[in-house]
Amino acid sequence: MTQKSSCCPESDSGSSFTAKRKNVCCPSSEDKAQETAAPCCPPIETRERTGYRIWPFVAGWLETPAGSVPRIATRLTTGDMLGRWQMRWGIGRMRYRIAPGLYAAGSPGPEAPVLVTANYKMSFDALRRELGGLDCWILVLETRGINVWCAAGKGTFGTDELISRVRSSGLEEVVSHRRLIVPQLGAVGVAAHEVRKGCGFQVLYGPVRASDLPAYLAAGNQATPAMRRVQFSAVERLVLTPVELTGMLKTTLWAIPVLFLLGGIGPEIFSFSAAITRGGAACLVYFMGLLCGAVLTPVALPWIPGRAFALKGAIAGVLAGIAGLLLLPAMSVSHGAAFFLLLLAVSSYCAMNFTGSTTYTSPSGVGKEMRRALPLQALALLGAGVVWIWSAF
Amino acid sequence: MAKLRYLEGVTTLSLDVEKCIGCGLCPAVCPHAVLKMAQSKADVADRDACMECGACARNCPVQALSVKAGVGCASAIIHGWLTGSEPSCDCGGGTSC
Repeated sequence: MTQKSSCCPESDSGSSFTAKRKNVCCPSSEDKAQETAAPCCPPIETRERTGYRIWPFVAGWLETPAGSVPRIATRLTTGDMLGRWQMRWGIGRMRYRIAPGLYAAGSPGPEAPVLVTANYKMSFDALRRELGGLDCWILVLETRGINVWCAAGKGTFGTDELISRVRSSGLEEVVSHRRLIVPQLGAVGVAAHEVRKGCGFQVLYGPVRASDLPAYLAAGNQATPAMRRVQFSAVERLVLTPVELTGMLKTTLWAIPVLFLLGGIGPEIFSFSAAITRGGAACLVYFMGLLCGAVLTPVALPWIPGRAFALKGAIAGVLAGIAGLLLLPAMSVSHGAAFFLLLLAVSSYCAMNFTGSTTYTSPSGVGKEMRRALPLQALALLGAGVVWIWSAF
Repeated sequence: MAKLRYLEGVTTLSLDVEKCIGCGLCPAVCPHAVLKMAQSKADVADRDACMECGACARNCPVQALSVKAGVGCASAIIHGWLTGSEPSCDCGGGTSC
């Protein structure tokens, strides 16, 4: 039989709080000094329940009047980085969620601030990595694995969910104050005055970025104007481009066979060798258009003239087309014109699609530019097809 | 961000200054500093920077602000046009957001 240690509470996750017990008993895995000094805790496996797995970010447990609360590590591991990379490519995107409810960072007491976030693990990671050295509570809402801003737009990160999560987590018993720090972008879905009416908690809107939280908290919950502004830096734009490409996967899987098929049409009705050479060249142009519209345009966004994304994408396509004409072997005028139109249409469409990922485009504006751009893109595509097939004869 | 400006004259944002009680919450939640406080009332300072996120209207306790908020994603809008429904991120596998 293994010896029971004296410092740790019984491992049942629902065990209740006793005042005599020190709040924190299990050292965090990152705190090496504490770990060696207190070798008294039973292995974390004693928290296991059949059918459940404990997330690697859980560094320990905190006993509170509302039950056991997982204490989270504030340092990200290789696994977290890998998961983030996976999400950027849209792999397993809809399964990257954590359980909603109350978590703890550091050793928060009843006076510690309560930070609210979404249960998309990438959002949760972005928050907890900024909380090193801070003692606070984290209230995670059920947003079905969607980030704060998008979930707020849908209403899942919203007033009703916040009120019911405050109640179900037993937050009233855990903290003595009645304040919630909600990320500013959550304001799209949360109405501060309704939350107060619904559960008695006052909503304070924190900074847009989690990285500003330590400064916000240190300043007594005051955000500077810069903390309230959304940015859209080149890096922020770049990390969004892989998912733009994977988002076009379905269209691409349709486009490739169509291009090979059309490439084969010629004087001999259908030629397999032409399908390979002409179709292959067209596929190359299509992929160039994808890169232009979904990667180059987003990254070079402020430096490409125009405001409408369809226009920016078309301009990028024209520039790439000119480069292509200079670099590639000479081809007939009609052939070149067809590829030019294809490049333009694909690049313009992909760039227009990026509006959904930006931090500053309005739905009214996107609707307006789409009503103008879509017919032109379709016309360019149709023109490309007609001229291309005609060029084979 | 200063360089990144979108189409002008399109936003559906409207502010009824008569109703405003000057609580100051709308400039705090606006991510693009569209709203400012002027003489203890809200004021639209940079209308064309509005991205229609809807945070200000949602948090106005007296409904002085209104804006038609929604999804600004092209494929979602096309989906909405085709199906006659409101655009939503849920179409197309929901990969982008």
